[in-house]
Amino acid sequence: MDLYEFQAKDLFAKHGVPVLPGAVAQTPALAEEAAAALGGPVVVKAQVKTGGRGKAGGVKPAPDPAAAHDRAGDILGMDIKGHTVHRVLVLAAADIAAEYYVSFLLDRTRRTFLAMASVHGGMEIEEVAATHPDALVRVPVDPLAGLTREAALGIAAAFPQPERVADVLLRLWAAFVAEDATLVEVNPLARTASGEIVALDGKVTLDDNARFRHPDHAALDDSAAADPVEARARERGLNYVKLDGGVGVIGNGAGLVMSTLDVVAHAGERFGGARPANFLDIGGGASAEVMADGLDIVLADPDVRSVLVNVFGGITACDAVADGIVRAFALLAERGEPVGKPVVVRLDGNNAVRGRDILRTAALPGVRLVDTMDEAASLAASLAS
Amino acid sequence: MSIFVNRNSRVIVQGMTGSEGRRHTARMVAAGTTVVGGVNPRKAGSTVDGLPVFGGVAEAMKETGADTTVSFVPPAFTKDAVLEAIDAGIGLAVVITEGVPVHDTAAFRARAVAAGNRTRVIGPNCPGVISPGACNVGIIPADITGPGRIGLVSKSGTLTYQLMHELREFGFSTCVGIGGDPVIGTTHIDCLEEFEKDQETDVIVMIGEIGGDAEERAAAYVRERCTKPVVAYVAGFTAPEGKTMGHAGAIVSGSAGTAAAKKEALEAAGVRVGRTPTETAALVREHLT
Repeated sequence: MDLYEFQAKDLFAKHGVPVLPGAVAQTPALAEEAAAALGGPVVVKAQVKTGGRGKAGGVKPAPDPAAAHDRAGDILGMDIKGHTVHRVLVLAAADIAAEYYVSFLLDRTRRTFLAMASVHGGMEIEEVAATHPDALVRVPVDPLAGLTREAALGIAAAFPQPERVADVLLRLWAAFVAEDATLVEVNPLARTASGEIVALDGKVTLDDNARFRHPDHAALDDSAAADPVEARARERGLNYVKLDGGVGVIGNGAGLVMSTLDVVAHAGERFGGARPANFLDIGGGASAEVMADGLDIVLADPDVRSVLVNVFGGITACDAVADGIVRAFALLAERGEPVGKPVVVRLDGNNAVRGRDILRTAALPGVRLVDTMDEAASLAASLAS
Repeated sequence: MSIFVNRNSRVIVQGMTGSEGRRHTARMVAAGTTVVGGVNPRKAGSTVDGLPVFGGVAEAMKETGADTTVSFVPPAFTKDAVLEAIDAGIGLAVVITEGVPVHDTAAFRARAVAAGNRTRVIGPNCPGVISPGACNVGIIPADITGPGRIGLVSKSGTLTYQLMHELREFGFSTCVGIGGDPVIGTTHIDCLEEFEKDQETDVIVMIGEIGGDAEERAAAYVRERCTKPVVAYVAGFTAPEGKTMGHAGAIVSGSAGTAAAKKEALEAAGVRVGRTPTETAALVREHLT
């Protein structure tokens, strides 16, 4: 899960990383209030989870509260790379003497953690790496030993105030570990005219797998709010991602479902460009209830014109999947929303013969059994075109 | 000889007393695997389905001669379970558990390296390893196919089953599910290296998916080191940027980790890449008939 800047700032503050005072506002009036409470000049910053906010006009200085009102009015509702701005952060303006870059991240390639730092900050890290390659320090951090003070001083050696920067690095590392982050980035880390080191911006990614030991992280998540179908799927504990096509896809196992999406898109090239409408993984060992829930969610998507159920039963039993399909049809009919869209089903593996028999006997309207994944994808794509 | 597991493997199960552990232990035994016991510190001295439960991995190894452990313990306890296995010096630790925090995986991976790589870790979030007809460590269904001369390595469990099914008339030397997490103990390259050496493997199937650069690095390895034919499949061409597709590691970040880049790198290394699992199976078949 990626955090908004204001959430990252709160998290930094919690772990003693120096930040500037500020407040979040959802209206121009509240931005004006926040600026008045801070006193003095402020910066009004769009809160969206994407880079390039400054270039898009999403970050503006405001000398006084009235200006903060107007700048917030300009920024709220803006579209930045497909993200609508619903909130601004009103941040006390700082007298900046220098801009640095520091981060800790998971290095997937080396399967360890990595510290990166540069005395050239304030631009995207790719640009830092391209324009000042020699100034970019990259130091692996051992997950067992962690970041020692010596190592922090080593990373900060090229900075004008290595001791102070090392202090910030140690606190940032503490936040990285304590919060189960896979990325904490401060860009820019600024030196103010009075010589203080302060985080002016923050980018944080938290590990969703670690949620069980961070009950407070759930409150930071608003990603499901973006799409109503995704929100409903999440409520029922289903792994669902909305896509832009018309073929609803349900399968078991992340790899097989991803592959099914690709095979649908590939088949769709022959049928007017039909594409998958969603990713939905019912998981290993799925029960009839989970299958019924999944079908209910996918059929409720108005973009869906046909559905493809592709299951290879390893642990999952295909008869349970078939029962789930039968149950979903009955449930939707009871609710007065009988299934009117074609559903193509391919079952293989564990109890596949029994599963196919259940569907043949039930003779549900619009359900078609197909033997192979490729044929099933072709049929579903043709029915959606 | 197959790779990683064979008919001489002696297997213990961490988390055997839980419902998943017990169920899959029975399946492993039914598939002919020599399961010699389980580990649960709170239930040491008891038995599960006739198998002894030990208090720790070291004790279980001493009493049974176990050389392989498979872990079904819940995510919150996986780190300690795997560290214990590494500290006991067992040769192979297969971690089935899904949902392990990446800080925990990075920690036990670092411990395995620090211990001189005595312990090969496979997973987490993987279906395990099967050498059909000889040994099954994990949750891969043993009844899809039998022994043969294809070696398979995959980030995905169900795509492993799909390819085993597609190529069931030929059979497999070993199938390794390495898992779809951002950090894993055993990589595509580790498996390619073993399959290259394995006298029972003639053709290698490599299944990848979006996220990271493991497939690109595997492509470079194939170009430089593999003499056996390698056929690949990559899932996730239609995955949108920035969305995690089921597996914690399956995410396209910016322009990095795309399926197209992986396919391109593999093809540049002379690896044929199927557009669908069925087409991939057809490419493998060409090397066997």
